[in-house]
Amino acid sequence: MALAHGGLTPARTVRTAGLALLGLLPVAFLVVFFAWPVVAIVGRGFSAGGVDTVLGDPQTWRLAGFTLASAAASTVVAVLAGLPVAYLLARVRLPGVGLARTLVLVPFVLPTVVVGLAFRAIWPDGGVLPLVLANAFFNVAVVARTVAGLWSHLDPRATEAARALGASPWRAFRTVTLPALGPAVASAAAVVFLFCATSFGVVLILGGGHYRTLETEIYLRTVDLLDLSGAAALSLIQFAAVLAALALGAMARRRRENAVRLRSALVTARRPRGGEWWTIGAAVVVLALLMTPIVALLVESVSGSDGWSLAGYRALSGTGANDALQVSGWTAAKNSLAAATDATLLAMAVGVLASVVLVALRRAPGRLARGMGETMDAALMLPLGVSAVTVGFGYLVTLDALPGDLRTSPMLVPLAQALVIIPLVVRMVLPVLRAVDVRLRQAASTLGASPARVWREIDLPLTARSLVAAAGFGFVVALGEFGATSFLARPDAPTLPVAVATLMGRPGELNNQMAYAACALLMVVTVAAVALIDRFGSVRGHGSVGEF
Amino acid sequence: MNPRTARTALAVATVAVLASACSLSSGSGGDAQQTPEVTLVTHNSFVAPQDVLDAFQRRAGIKLKVVKYGDAGELTNKLVLTKANPIGDVAYGVDSTFASRALGEGVFQPYTSPEADRGSQRYAVDPEHRLSAVDLGDVCVNVDSGYFAGKSLPEPKTYDDLADPKYKDLTVAEDPATASPGLAFLLGTIAKFGEQGWQGYWTKLKANGLKVDSGWEEAYTKDFSGSSGKGPRPIVVSYASSPAAEVGDDGKPRTKALLDTCYRQVEYAGVLTGSKQAPEAQKVVDFLLSQQFQTTVAANMYVYPARQGVDLPAGWAQVAPLPTSPATLPADQVQAGREKWIGAWRSLMGA
Repeated sequence: MALAHGGLTPARTVRTAGLALLGLLPVAFLVVFFAWPVVAIVGRGFSAGGVDTVLGDPQTWRLAGFTLASAAASTVVAVLAGLPVAYLLARVRLPGVGLARTLVLVPFVLPTVVVGLAFRAIWPDGGVLPLVLANAFFNVAVVARTVAGLWSHLDPRATEAARALGASPWRAFRTVTLPALGPAVASAAAVVFLFCATSFGVVLILGGGHYRTLETEIYLRTVDLLDLSGAAALSLIQFAAVLAALALGAMARRRRENAVRLRSALVTARRPRGGEWWTIGAAVVVLALLMTPIVALLVESVSGSDGWSLAGYRALSGTGANDALQVSGWTAAKNSLAAATDATLLAMAVGVLASVVLVALRRAPGRLARGMGETMDAALMLPLGVSAVTVGFGYLVTLDALPGDLRTSPMLVPLAQALVIIPLVVRMVLPVLRAVDVRLRQAASTLGASPARVWREIDLPLTARSLVAAAGFGFVVALGEFGATSFLARPDAPTLPVAVATLMGRPGELNNQMAYAACALLMVVTVAAVALIDRFGSVRGHGSVGEF
Repeated sequence: MNPRTARTALAVATVAVLASACSLSSGSGGDAQQTPEVTLVTHNSFVAPQDVLDAFQRRAGIKLKVVKYGDAGELTNKLVLTKANPIGDVAYGVDSTFASRALGEGVFQPYTSPEADRGSQRYAVDPEHRLSAVDLGDVCVNVDSGYFAGKSLPEPKTYDDLADPKYKDLTVAEDPATASPGLAFLLGTIAKFGEQGWQGYWTKLKANGLKVDSGWEEAYTKDFSGSSGKGPRPIVVSYASSPAAEVGDDGKPRTKALLDTCYRQVEYAGVLTGSKQAPEAQKVVDFLLSQQFQTTVAANMYVYPARQGVDLPAGWAQVAPLPTSPATLPADQVQAGREKWIGAWRSLMGA
């Protein structure tokens, strides 16, 4: 090993070995529960042959083109809608901003089938426009909160200087603020693009068969046609697109670290004045639009054929008309909480370990270590870009080789959910871990603090808040996760989104009302969790809760 | 690397792993020492009353673990993928559309249940008796009776009526590539108009303003006027049993299934080839065909029991009678033609 040369002290050697071991844990988790299943199922497609035929088919490339173009369009819409909201969350001190910060996250966790049906109510014939808007709807929160995270710490004096020198507000924004925000915008856009390019339920409901994407086609070929070679070919294209998006996001993140000067968020927020009210207006319009489907959904949950009715909520204590569910709605809610808790704990263990290793690799001397860090960073994001059906079918053909045959285990749901939230945990924890000044710790040690005391006095206060925020956020995402969960959840233990989908798939008014009531319940839990995170995240404006 | 950071993380990780181990293990464990556990893999629509399952487990001395795997097609494909080391011992829910694929891939082993002579053999697909029929469901066009009464328009009755300009822009169906009722409806039209004629019929349907949704949920709960969504279209492709869920407060059905437009799907159960507990798995097949289980299927899964002499829930005779002469296609013809037909349908409908 290259690191062993150059007279390392035994202590450093031990440290390096420890680091390697530590790094092995998250890597092993991803290899066993992600890479191996995906490679196995895609490999089956290759061995069946015919991959080149699919790759040579112009239809395939039209599909890829539509996928990329519609995801790009959704990303643009999400960024345009997210920026004024980000401004509101970051720069404005007005009553109600805290509530807006919480509410903006709700769309992110709504079950896709419900949102799809809500958009269908407005655009009965589906089409490209509702498809693009619905995907943007889910992701405005990503842009708003990521960009706001940076914006609230941006030093306003540069803008003020530009204004003092005679620049118009727009010009000052364009030439000073926007370039500083650019990296955060690009990073958020990359994540949004990933979510949009791989969204499934929305495309199915709103594309109405006319508009298909790589993801729906992979699903169709795997699940309905068992055409694994076709699915493998499409997976390859999707994979390439995902890698490109990740590379762009990584480049943007790298640029930011040198470019920005941060200030405490407390100093930067103030009452808006003059033309700034226009931006506030735009943000309010965006928020109102985001709330429209949510309000419509709440209204549905209390409407019956003869006017207002709470039957859907009362039905939550039962199993629906004709026992549509095997357990009661409340039990499904409890299952959701339990699975999301397990998934969060798992994801925190893996994600935090991975972040620690990434920080260390970055600080380690030599190109090799840094290269390893970048590769690992990108690899950790991959689960966001690979289709849930590929992972799910991959589990079927691999996990029986592990002791205990996990394929039918209730553990699969938290495992799959953890896979989805690990990338988010890493994105939130990593920047904060990087920002902890090594010199603080060294100083404390020099002054005689024991390692435990250093940990208590320095590491914990500096990182605790972002750890809580990441855990809370991961928890919320796990609560709403549907793709992988619906694949793996057992009938005696459905989660709330799975129960909603089941109820939607049954005739009868009560089942429909109950499905909407269950959605409302999901929203309440989400809002509560997010409100809790935000209390932790921004109490004293000290230490960012990280990007997203 | 700073060792303190490492230690922080390690502590967090250890606590997390221990905690998750605790909460993860709470679900499993228990009294598995004596009673053998049999895993039943089935589709998402499987619902059975817990007391009936409990009674069976006590009687048979086995512990039944139920695992659901998507719809009939998804279930079949998962069984094919895992046939070397199956995910369970017995499977229920492979239907007549996918039976040929499962049989061709050798997913099931022969077993003739003593309960099969009570009527289920009417739907046999396999001379070796690897699959036993458990239930049947008919996909039929449903109409919103109130709509037609309000417009003084006679209700449509046949496939041809749907292409009649009188009923322009009134019908919603599902995409056969993504929804199983959509596929059944397509197969019904192929059975009716033949491999040569079905495309001509669909061309007329399309010209008559047929709307195609990707799933049953959108079609039935959003576009159909006769259910909770109160959508704009009074004609929908659904099931013969759907009207049973749409009975008004006056006890009268608000919707009706057109019995001349039905395509029958039979759902089967069988013992998986790789099962290590074939004798216990056979008991599960017996149970699925038994009177106790068969009486539950109508109310719980909206399908009709395959066994003869099983009572349907009260009112079904009027509201959701079993169609007497539904269309069917031989399983191997479906297997041979499915992908070709779906492909042709997609280009025909411009999907």
